[in-house]
Amino acid sequence: MRNNYISMFDIIGPVMVGPSSSHTSGAAAIAWMARQILSGVPVHVTFTLYGSFADTYQGHGTDRALIGGMLGYRPDDVRIRTAFEEAREAGLDVEFVVDKEEEMPHPNTVGIDMTTADGHTLYVRGESIGGGRIRITRMNDIRVDFNGDYSMIIVGHRDEPGMMAFMTGCLAERMINIASMKSFRNARGKQAFTIIETDDFIPDAIQDELNARPGITSVDIIQL
Amino acid sequence: MNWDFRTAEELLKLCAYKYMDISDIMLAREMQLGELEREEIMEEIDRCLRVMNVAVDKAISDPSPSMGGFLGGEAQKLNGLEDSKQICGQVVHSAIVNALAVAETNASMGVIVAAPTAGAAGVLPAVLLSVYQNRDISIDTLRKGLINASAIGYLLTRNGSVSGAEAGCQAEVGSASAMAASALVEMLGGTPQQCCDAAAIALSNLLGLVCDPVRGLVEVPCQTRNAIGAAGAFTAAELAMAGVTVHIPLDEMIRITYDVGRSLPEALRETAKGGCAAACNVCPGAMHVAPTK
Repeated sequence: MRNNYISMFDIIGPVMVGPSSSHTSGAAAIAWMARQILSGVPVHVTFTLYGSFADTYQGHGTDRALIGGMLGYRPDDVRIRTAFEEAREAGLDVEFVVDKEEEMPHPNTVGIDMTTADGHTLYVRGESIGGGRIRITRMNDIRVDFNGDYSMIIVGHRDEPGMMAFMTGCLAERMINIASMKSFRNARGKQAFTIIETDDFIPDAIQDELNARPGITSVDIIQL
Repeated sequence: MNWDFRTAEELLKLCAYKYMDISDIMLAREMQLGELEREEIMEEIDRCLRVMNVAVDKAISDPSPSMGGFLGGEAQKLNGLEDSKQICGQVVHSAIVNALAVAETNASMGVIVAAPTAGAAGVLPAVLLSVYQNRDISIDTLRKGLINASAIGYLLTRNGSVSGAEAGCQAEVGSASAMAASALVEMLGGTPQQCCDAAAIALSNLLGLVCDPVRGLVEVPCQTRNAIGAAGAFTAAELAMAGVTVHIPLDEMIRITYDVGRSLPEALRETAKGGCAAACNVCPGAMHVAPTK
């Protein structure tokens, strides 16, 4: 949570593992975010690199940064350097695909396919937009748009009447103020994701409360 | 009281009105806009200073090869240069050692403070830590230097650019040099006006500097550019403190730098297509990427 202004620490910072805020720090941040959105622990991950990521990922340690983020490391965690070894120890199988054919809207784009031990899968696509800042642009086949500047709840659900009212009701009961709320879907009545950014700390208990409602398939809380 | 400012002119007015240094105004602004306590900010400032210190020490005492294979050991080599061959004087010599060191740490996946970016991360620690080591200044003055630098960096971000892809290396090392020059002036007791003058001189001296990383990596010519950004900060600070007339004020200089940056050809804006990046004879042994297991 933060006010919208250019802070002293936007200039002096971030503290990060080098060498590049967009290719290293931003990559780690995208993977970290994808890991938070995934319900469960990943056992297999495929990273598909596009654009400038595809061209120079090794020299920038983008691969290590992505694995580090997937292991839950923040961009200033030195374990990013040894992320390949750490992944092996953690039983995380990683794969890199370089795609120089497909044109993405942003040159620093990565697609992340995650699979958990019980077979649950999730695809997350993110862009590293400069200075270590990121944007998540796709979840499964649904186009989304959020950046992780706020604490948030990501709810996967069926697109049906009353969902929004139910979610906002849960938050209102706990006096949590909503900074923004966006709903994304491909087609009426199919899967949707609603992303609620909040000004306040999100208690874990709200996860069970939301999950109990029929039609809600996943609830992930990302606490900043 | 509203502590926010949009231009150097507004910043200088606040300084004059409150009889305060630039760092005092920037600190008050951060407390107000970020709803933070002074102690919280100082803790983060100290964390940044610690990271800068380690980033310097590591590369001097125990250098590692960079990811792209171009760098490794340059800071240690310069640090070992015998006294009779040092022509920069102690303060500038130790600053350029620090600048090379941070660039090496960055390129070998060590931890650094992007200030304002990772590519230009060597300039501020170079200047600040050298002055702290070689002059009798307190840790508090060192903190003020870093905060002062952030005020100039904020103005550059708000009214110009600190992105090499957008406005060339002048926006990265140029910005860092301006920030360091202003910080130096405040640390050595100059006025807020002299801080802004120093920043304007530093910017104008690196105007037009292109961003042309060989093979797209943050290594060559980025490392030595960090050294020149640091050395340029001393020159600018000394000129400003002597009262040499500055004909183009900081706000205008920021705008000029931004205009020049955006008019640079795309090949010279971090695309690795022009400038040094177009050289065909660079270090044949390089791009020995550390093996990914």
